[in-house]
Amino acid sequence: MCRLAMKTASKPFSPFSVLEAMEAMQEGYDGSGLGLLLRGLEFAEYKYNAKDPILSGIAHSEAALARLNKIMIEAGFELKYDHEFDVKRQMIEAKDRFKYILRVYKQSATWASLSAEEVENRLMLTRLALRKDGEAHGQDLTVFSLWPDVAMIKEVGWPLGVGQALGLDSGRITSRICMAQGRQNTNYGINLYACHPFFIQGVATMTNGENTAFIPIKDWLSGRGFPGYIGYQSDSEVFAHILHYVTKQLKLPLETYKHVITPLKNEELAAHPQGDFLRGLRDACRRLIIDGPNAVIGTLPDETSMLVMDAKKMRPATVGGKPGEWAIASEMCGVDAMIPDRDRSKDFQPMREHTVIIPPDRQELQIWSQFDHLPIHQAA
Amino acid sequence: MVSVRSLANTPSSLTPNDLPWIIEHREDRCTLCGKCAAVCPVNTLKLAYMRKRMPHLVLAATERGSSYKTFVGIRQSTEVSKRCIGCGSCAMVCPNEAIHPVQNGERDRFRFVNSQQGEPAKRGGRRNVPGASLLDRIIFDRISMLTDPALDAGRHEFSCNTLLGRVLPPEEYVRRKLAGEWIPPVREIFPFVIGSMSFGALSPNMWLGLLQGVAYCNEVLGIPVVMATGEGGCPPWVLRSPFLKYIILQIASGYFGWDEIIRAIPEMQCDPAAIEIKYGQGAKPGDGGLLMWFKVSKLIARLRGVPEGVDLPSPPVHQTLYSIEESVMKMIQTMSMAWNFRVPVYPKISGSTSAKSVLNNLVRNPYAGALMIDGIDGGTGAAYNISMDATGHPIAANVRECYLDLCAQGKQNEIPIFAAGGVGKNGNVTQNGMALIMLGASGVHMGKFIMQSAAGCLGTESNRCNVCNIGLCPKGITSQNPKLYRRLDPDQVAQRVVETFMSIRTEVKKVMAPLGRSQSLPIGMSDALGIDDKDVAERLNIRYVC
Ligand code: SF4
Ligand code: SF4
Repeated sequence: MCRLAMKTASKPFSPFSVLEAMEAMQEGYDGSGLGLLLRGLEFAEYKYNAKDPILSGIAHSEAALARLNKIMIEAGFELKYDHEFDVKRQMIEAKDRFKYILRVYKQSATWASLSAEEVENRLMLTRLALRKDGEAHGQDLTVFSLWPDVAMIKEVGWPLGVGQALGLDSGRITSRICMAQGRQNTNYGINLYACHPFFIQGVATMTNGENTAFIPIKDWLSGRGFPGYIGYQSDSEVFAHILHYVTKQLKLPLETYKHVITPLKNEELAAHPQGDFLRGLRDACRRLIIDGPNAVIGTLPDETSMLVMDAKKMRPATVGGKPGEWAIASEMCGVDAMIPDRDRSKDFQPMREHTVIIPPDRQELQIWSQFDHLPIHQAA
Repeated sequence: MVSVRSLANTPSSLTPNDLPWIIEHREDRCTLCGKCAAVCPVNTLKLAYMRKRMPHLVLAATERGSSYKTFVGIRQSTEVSKRCIGCGSCAMVCPNEAIHPVQNGERDRFRFVNSQQGEPAKRGGRRNVPGASLLDRIIFDRISMLTDPALDAGRHEFSCNTLLGRVLPPEEYVRRKLAGEWIPPVREIFPFVIGSMSFGALSPNMWLGLLQGVAYCNEVLGIPVVMATGEGGCPPWVLRSPFLKYIILQIASGYFGWDEIIRAIPEMQCDPAAIEIKYGQGAKPGDGGLLMWFKVSKLIARLRGVPEGVDLPSPPVHQTLYSIEESVMKMIQTMSMAWNFRVPVYPKISGSTSAKSVLNNLVRNPYAGALMIDGIDGGTGAAYNISMDATGHPIAANVRECYLDLCAQGKQNEIPIFAAGGVGKNGNVTQNGMALIMLGASGVHMGKFIMQSAAGCLGTESNRCNVCNIGLCPKGITSQNPKLYRRLDPDQVAQRVVETFMSIRTEVKKVMAPLGRSQSLPIGMSDALGIDDKDVAERLNIRYVC
């Protein structure tokens, strides 16, 4: 069982505060690892332009770092800022971490004329090329993301300890969104890539629980021929890819995600204003129906956050906060630790039909039900 | 030594000991009521007067040395055409448990002479391979033990239906839906389908019982079971009834029954579930249907538009078409058009190493609604033994190969594969079906199992009974003779159909729950399968477990 914590606030905050919230829920997880995703970044020592891509990963050797530099230069990236973590090596379990990478790049000037879609495609292909290079060299290079305004950290060890070891408590990095998860994937083999959150082209999710429909979903996504649908060291990675598929490939509103992963039953669809459309969508996306006890927390490039449950609501998750500041956690004590001064009576625990959406302005929670009208024109 | 001529000795002479089934008759219990001889479908039993010598020692010259006793008993014929088929009907009717057939095991010499008049052995039934089938050996081993409370098969809700029909890729679906274009018809059905058995092969009572049971499953229990007709259409009243929506109509190379169907189209109250175009059958690949003259009754003749009492062999191929591509193209489009593109149309083929090529044709045909593959263990009402026993392709590897091929193209959700051939051969219908589903089938068809489960068909893998081909079915399942089919009460068949599907549904949940699956049928969930045979595991791309 793992624990999830996510905070989103209009004012940047330290990721360490989220790690402390994880501590409050420590009875619920084995503390075998930490996965962090930050969006809306600010660096104490660098004035960051949110349009510049950030590369996150780990070079496990000097040679790997050299190859990374070469690949990035060849792809036309210019290094603007290299965040040197204050690493306390003795606190890190793994001994093969040559350098934690969190670097701001300027993308090639020749990309200026490209469509946004093509830029996104190239960023992904560069990330995949780095990943592939690491895989070809005995996993000596691990790359989590290459995207504007997104940083990711994944490491083995007790979450708070990892945070301290990387100096996250110093306040040198702050962000408006922080997603944190406190366990290495243990469902399939241990692998840094298997640790949540998962990221693809600006879309990120983290999940707790097990996804028993993993293989058929993976087989289907792999068959799309989309280069980013690879990996799957964890059964939870598909949640991120499905969210990507629904919002970026099908270009459907975020609310549709819930209809794809946990479609309504026939009798419910019969009574739904867009039942006909949704029934067909359920058939077409049948292989993406998830099956498992899951709470899925996701964030999108525009800093929208969301939370959904599996179709039987078999995992816990609470959302609470106040205008400008919201937190989602597996347990109430996690929300308490992140935002103690909120009106707790307004906390919300989504049920099977809900999608909780915190829009980028962070003024209020939107609680959307699958039984509601879907914000899509025509369709019914 | 006696002279040779005084012995009944021809090359085909048999003794009871040479027959596949030997009658054990206990004269001490027999009351000579004659019921067994009357019921025996092959007339093998004879009530006979027999004489027995009673030797005794006599000293007086006035008396004869021996006397004779006459008694009445039951004898079994050793004629090839009248050999006992082991059906057990005699045992069923005997009031005193005085008679029953016993299987002869390997001593049977009958098989060597079962080619009288140059006619090779024929029968109904299935490939006779006793013992656990491959599907029986596949187990479900990915028990969800990691982070989960297991699901509760008794209390949780399960969604275990499947789709029949062409499903669009999501991008195309969204585009067409928003543009208001045609979306191919898709049916949501229970993944265990009553496979195609024709009205003609089955007796009217059997057919009626099945339909009644199917209707009850749909309308009362909410289990959307569908049944497929074989070639030969279906009774006119059914075509015009609201029950047609539970029926997959089959068209095969003889086009039998289609005059009646086409005529009924304007009067249909609803569309049929689907149209199945039969190109091949697992039990007898390369053979058309064969309805022998004695099953062509008045009603059957009317439905099929032929004279009464003639043999009705369908040609092995669709005469008007020269290749499967053309056939698939023309037939599927014609059939789709007949119902204005509201009914899924799909072909049924025999399991074959070439199944993948057919599949790839279908992938390119936007109207193809599914592919049904019938493996070598499929059943039939009539076929040559050699076809049934040795011709065809086992279903498991065939389905797996086709599914993985679709996965490689990313089209596994677009063309559902249905599998048949030996599902429930040894009674493990849910295990067999779910194994095929996890190998990649969207659902399975079962024929013989339904006859056994719902109507008490006597056939077994040891070649018990299996005379479905000659219209003498002792249970009245596959006979057009009212004397025989009146033995079968349609209401009781219906009840058994319902019991069978209720039980399958529960078992499906019992398989899905421990795997942590409840939201959708675990199609292609091959990580849950294991088998204790390395080669099979490798071939099917599943886990070897021991
Ligand atoms: S078992 Fe069947 S075939 Fe054999 S004698 Fe009895 S009734 Fe006749
Ligand atoms: S009982 Fe009827 S259907 Fe069953 S094997 Fe015998 S003849 Fe065939």
